[in-house]
Amino acid sequence: MGKLLFGLTLGILTLVFLGPLLWMFLTSFKTAEGATSIPPVWIPNPATTAGYAPLANTSSETPVIRWFINSLLAGAANAVLVTATAALAAYALARLDFPGKKFMFGMIISTLFIPSFLFLIPNYIIINSLGWLDTLWAVIVPSAGGAFGVFFLRQFFLSLPAELEEAAAIDGANLWSTFFRVVLPLSKPGLATLLVLSFLTNYNDFLWPVFVLFSPGNLTLPAGLSILQGAFTINYPVVMAGAVIASVPAIILFVVAQRSIVEGVSRSGLKG
Amino acid sequence: MAVQSDVQVASAAGAAALTRRSRARKRNGLAAYLFLAPYLVLFLGFIAAPAIFGIWISLHDYDFALFYKPWVGLANYTSLFTPGSRDFGNFWQAMKATGIFTLFSVPCLVVVPLLIALLLNRKFPGRTFFRAVFFLPYVLGVAVIGLLFRYMLDPNVGVVNYFLGANIPWTTDLPWVWVSLVGMTVWWTLGFNALIYLAGLTDISPELYEAADMDGANRWQQFANVTLPGLRQVMVFVVTTTILASANMFGQYFILTKGAPGTATRTIIGYIADEGLRSFRMGAAAAMSYVFAIVLLLVSLVNFKVFNRGDAS
Repeated sequence: MGKLLFGLTLGILTLVFLGPLLWMFLTSFKTAEGATSIPPVWIPNPATTAGYAPLANTSSETPVIRWFINSLLAGAANAVLVTATAALAAYALARLDFPGKKFMFGMIISTLFIPSFLFLIPNYIIINSLGWLDTLWAVIVPSAGGAFGVFFLRQFFLSLPAELEEAAAIDGANLWSTFFRVVLPLSKPGLATLLVLSFLTNYNDFLWPVFVLFSPGNLTLPAGLSILQGAFTINYPVVMAGAVIASVPAIILFVVAQRSIVEGVSRSGLKG
Repeated sequence: MAVQSDVQVASAAGAAALTRRSRARKRNGLAAYLFLAPYLVLFLGFIAAPAIFGIWISLHDYDFALFYKPWVGLANYTSLFTPGSRDFGNFWQAMKATGIFTLFSVPCLVVVPLLIALLLNRKFPGRTFFRAVFFLPYVLGVAVIGLLFRYMLDPNVGVVNYFLGANIPWTTDLPWVWVSLVGMTVWWTLGFNALIYLAGLTDISPELYEAADMDGANRWQQFANVTLPGLRQVMVFVVTTTILASANMFGQYFILTKGAPGTATRTIIGYIADEGLRSFRMGAAAAMSYVFAIVLLLVSLVNFKVFNRGDAS
């Protein structure tokens, strides 16, 4: 392929991928008329933040700012829960010797192949009996039972040299302090990747929150956005402003943690 | 191997060492369970228990809000295969919708990301930037992508119809709804598959290409004889995960078409959720989940068979 053709292909592809996102961002600063004008105009004229104004109203049926806080809280809590419990379990499965280890590992890993929709109905009933329907607990806790984090961190721990842990044990460190002072500091990249991937997955999750959350004040952003669309059907600047607000944390996280995300995704693909 | 040499050392060191070791192992065992405990609570509560509880639900006429949940045996399953029953028509329409979507989206999501990965595998300035650009949509949720496409695909004021100079009902009529749903999904998730291909491409040894070069293989022959065989494993992974992801489609139709026209684009996950979590016919919905899981299992088996046959030849 010639250099020119190569450059041209890259240019067109970049336009195809960034164009729509730029369109979303610019539209959020237009007036309702500006957003639907034919022919379309790229640059908002007049530029206005009117699209963002209804989103800050916490007493409305669409308190986007509340959803935003709910989503950040749930995502962070879920990421910490997943990473903490998976790290402990993965260490036992990677390094410790105990009766029933093979069986337990096999049982946990085999659930990686169960499609998640099988859990939809029974988990709804379980969540209800815990009194968690329509609360953030419903989107924070259940997905932490998934096996991916355990699988991912076990692989990571196995790739660490065992000598350092053995040296710590000879120095009289118990298991707990070996895990805390030696293994965890060495595993920062793996832990960071799992934190970021768990947060993003939870932050973007759609199906489950749409059904387990229903009060306007309790929704997460993805569940709320589909309501926002119904409430402001043709007021596109408001709808796009909601989409922009939902995108910002994900994009910032992607820019900051691009290496972790890319490596995590590539590795999960090859090992899976 | 470590365990084996442990055993040898232990037997050589004699009985005293052996008891000390087994005592240490027991302590280790208790500690291991303490390490596992927090995760196991979550695993048993939200993975193992529901997987089995779901079967129990599917054997009942189950509404979680009603006290009376009569046992119906396999009726929830047999009705899915009985023409004229309450769920028969809708269930198979949803299966068909899921099938259509999977049939059209999987080939696109297997081929296009490969082309993009080949493009990104060349050495050029700004490679990391372009890789990020193609992956960017994937870090956004389906809700964001759905709202954006609904706006762009609006038949009257959307930019897509404006640029095409057409008046196509992208979100309301066949066959356009399928073009929209597949196109949007490809745009959204292509970066994920491209990344996995890219990791696979960098794992192919450059020596293989040098050897092919020396044999006088042209670019196309190198692609067919070095690149494709080298990507085999990766390809199996991509095809399998893409089929599963497409079969699980929900958010795209829920936001973009809301099932339109009628319920033609409502997928099987949509129907399970509608019946189970809106109409609270949880027994029927649970039965549908198991039937669909078995269908997916069969598809995966066929998929592996096809790839393995290619391996033998």
